[in-house]
Amino acid sequence: MAEFSKFEILKEVEILLRSRDVANLLVNCIKKLCEKISEDVRIMSFCGTHEWSVTNYGLRSLLPKKIEIIAGPGCPVCVTPSYYIEELIKLSMDGVQIYTYGDVFRLPAVKLVRGAKSLEDAKALGGEVRVVTGLVDAIELAKNCKDSIFVGIGFETVAPGYAHAILKDLIPKNLKILSLLKLTPPAMYFTVEKIDKDEKPLSGIIAPGHVSTIVGAKAWKKVAEDFRIPIVVAGFEPVDILMAIAKILQQIISGEAKVELEYTRAVSYDGDLRAQKLLSSIFEAKEDAWRGIGFIPGSGLRINEGYRRYDAFEYFNIEELRKSEWNYDLNAGCRCSDIVLGRAKPTDCKLFMRVCNPENPYGPCMVSVEGTCSIWARFGAKEFTDDILEELKLR
Amino acid sequence: MKFIKLSHGSGGVEMGDILSKLVFSKVDEKLKKVENGVGIDLPDDGAAIPLKNITNDYIILSTDAYTVNPPFFPGGNIGSLAATGSINDVVMTGGKPIAALDSIVVEEGYPLDQLEIIVDSMIDVFKKEGVALIGGDFKVMPKGNLDKILITTTVLGLAKKPIVDIPKDGDVLVVSDFVGDHGAVIMLLQMGVADKASELKSGRLSSDIKPLTRLLPLIDRFLDEINAARDPTRGGIAGVLNEWAKNSGNLIVVEDVPIRDEVRRYAEMLGIDPMYLASEGAAVFSVSAEVAEEFVEDMRDLGFENAKIIGKVKKSEKYKGFVLKKTEIGGFRLLEPPRGEIVPRIC
Repeated sequence: MAEFSKFEILKEVEILLRSRDVANLLVNCIKKLCEKISEDVRIMSFCGTHEWSVTNYGLRSLLPKKIEIIAGPGCPVCVTPSYYIEELIKLSMDGVQIYTYGDVFRLPAVKLVRGAKSLEDAKALGGEVRVVTGLVDAIELAKNCKDSIFVGIGFETVAPGYAHAILKDLIPKNLKILSLLKLTPPAMYFTVEKIDKDEKPLSGIIAPGHVSTIVGAKAWKKVAEDFRIPIVVAGFEPVDILMAIAKILQQIISGEAKVELEYTRAVSYDGDLRAQKLLSSIFEAKEDAWRGIGFIPGSGLRINEGYRRYDAFEYFNIEELRKSEWNYDLNAGCRCSDIVLGRAKPTDCKLFMRVCNPENPYGPCMVSVEGTCSIWARFGAKEFTDDILEELKLR
Repeated sequence: MKFIKLSHGSGGVEMGDILSKLVFSKVDEKLKKVENGVGIDLPDDGAAIPLKNITNDYIILSTDAYTVNPPFFPGGNIGSLAATGSINDVVMTGGKPIAALDSIVVEEGYPLDQLEIIVDSMIDVFKKEGVALIGGDFKVMPKGNLDKILITTTVLGLAKKPIVDIPKDGDVLVVSDFVGDHGAVIMLLQMGVADKASELKSGRLSSDIKPLTRLLPLIDRFLDEINAARDPTRGGIAGVLNEWAKNSGNLIVVEDVPIRDEVRRYAEMLGIDPMYLASEGAAVFSVSAEVAEEFVEDMRDLGFENAKIIGKVKKSEKYKGFVLKKTEIGGFRLLEPPRGEIVPRIC
């Protein structure tokens, strides 16, 4: 009975957070708030899942034209350097078993390595690559098997799982983790700093909800203070996002720039202290390369000295990408780095849906389901929708 | 337990025996041929249908190969699907199905009892629908050269006028039922989470396989007002609407498509938009606006109680071939055509 009622309550919450009536109320509230603001409002939704919600629910079509929602860097697959994929292709062809997520499997590299441009190609050419849904699958499959690598790509949300497996020694000796984990707060700082130098700086940020369950709302304080920018940690339902937008507008009107919490049902100010401790005991933060962008200080996690026996870098002698040797690593014409940093929209890229589409992704943002280009390709690009609404007089 | 052997498909005594057991003994005498024609009552190289019986102007034909994985699923199996799928394709072209051919290819080693259930289910659908099974083929492939079983059915029907899908500006779109049930069930099975979905066990969620022949009187009555009709199988309702928009050069605006809560929830969990999930017992029509309400009422009277209007066809200067969706919260976005393999081997 208790289980049943819990389920019913959850269902009610879900209905409320996707309610057309509630959305309507909030949209009206946003419109009123907008009247008090003279300049254009540019809000970055940092996380790929936020961009999915914004696009899937057609939120942009409900907002006043003055408000622009810009997709941010929240897609770890999109920013993984081509170099590491190339190294993995080589290893897979040398007989090392590679376990990887489905979107990393299709991620195109820049260089052709032994006839392959992705792990998918490598597999077709006889490389040892297998798609898994996570580290748990890889642990199961690697038992009593040969030398293997799990490609650890993700943000703070997946990192505690890896850390737990390492700390509790749940990983078979032949399986090593290639930690390419990225940290979001340094990336947000970097992104805002870049955009701040542009003609049109950001007016507010919707901070990632799930990353914040780990790092806490406190993680965004420095960005809010240093750049005087309102930040709201939001959930992923359409009503969550509308609430966050309203809160950002209120801060703009009152001249504030602080971190606010909308996603109170999951996130606290301090975050998950246990997970944070776990991360700092297993990993160390390092300056790390972001694809097409370059190095961002303190933005990557590598396995620390004490746990080197789990580290694929160490065991397989994989060289780290060095800052002095870093080359721009996007295919010619691809604008993924601008799109990741919120400086261009997918439709600003000449290749979007012409050369680059979900069936044949040319750039990394078209591969991952969290990539902005992939989301716009699958759920519709904003410009067209606006135009059609004008033509049909539906707006 | 008995298994299928290569000799069962070699045209000799063993094949005769197995066809008698699986097919000939199961089909009613009356349904072994079209009246006064030749069928499996006298198995020959071909079947024959006397034309003098036919008073309609058109013969409607449809063929489909069924490869659904797994072959058994809540709500049906590859046999019931093979019969229903091709019957529905004929109905959606405006035809009343009268006869069928089947071609069954089985993998060596497939359990005979399972094959029997599959063929029984297929024959059962034809029987209930009064469709004669007038011929077919049976072959066996060596183990490993085929994944279990493949069935091809061809259904023949008769129509006064075929429905050629060209939705017109101003048309209203009507759907007969919830969409995506079949696709959701297969998706759960293929992703290995079916045992965690209590709705499958309790029967609240199952494939929606059902023949759409009950819609024939409605099609007959509104024949001149129906500008398109389709059962949204592979690619789901999003696939059908995009095809219609593209082929007719119109723009389609769609909203509130009926999708069961269970289907919506599991699709969301697995990252799939239910608008792309297949149905095997739902129909979507594009009908003239003047008759739309009446059309829906009549459809409900025929037992399709979930029938509803889901959208409009509009002329557009700049956006021919686009489908616009009004979202749950009242926003708008494009509904893109299906891309890649969303759920493979669904039918």
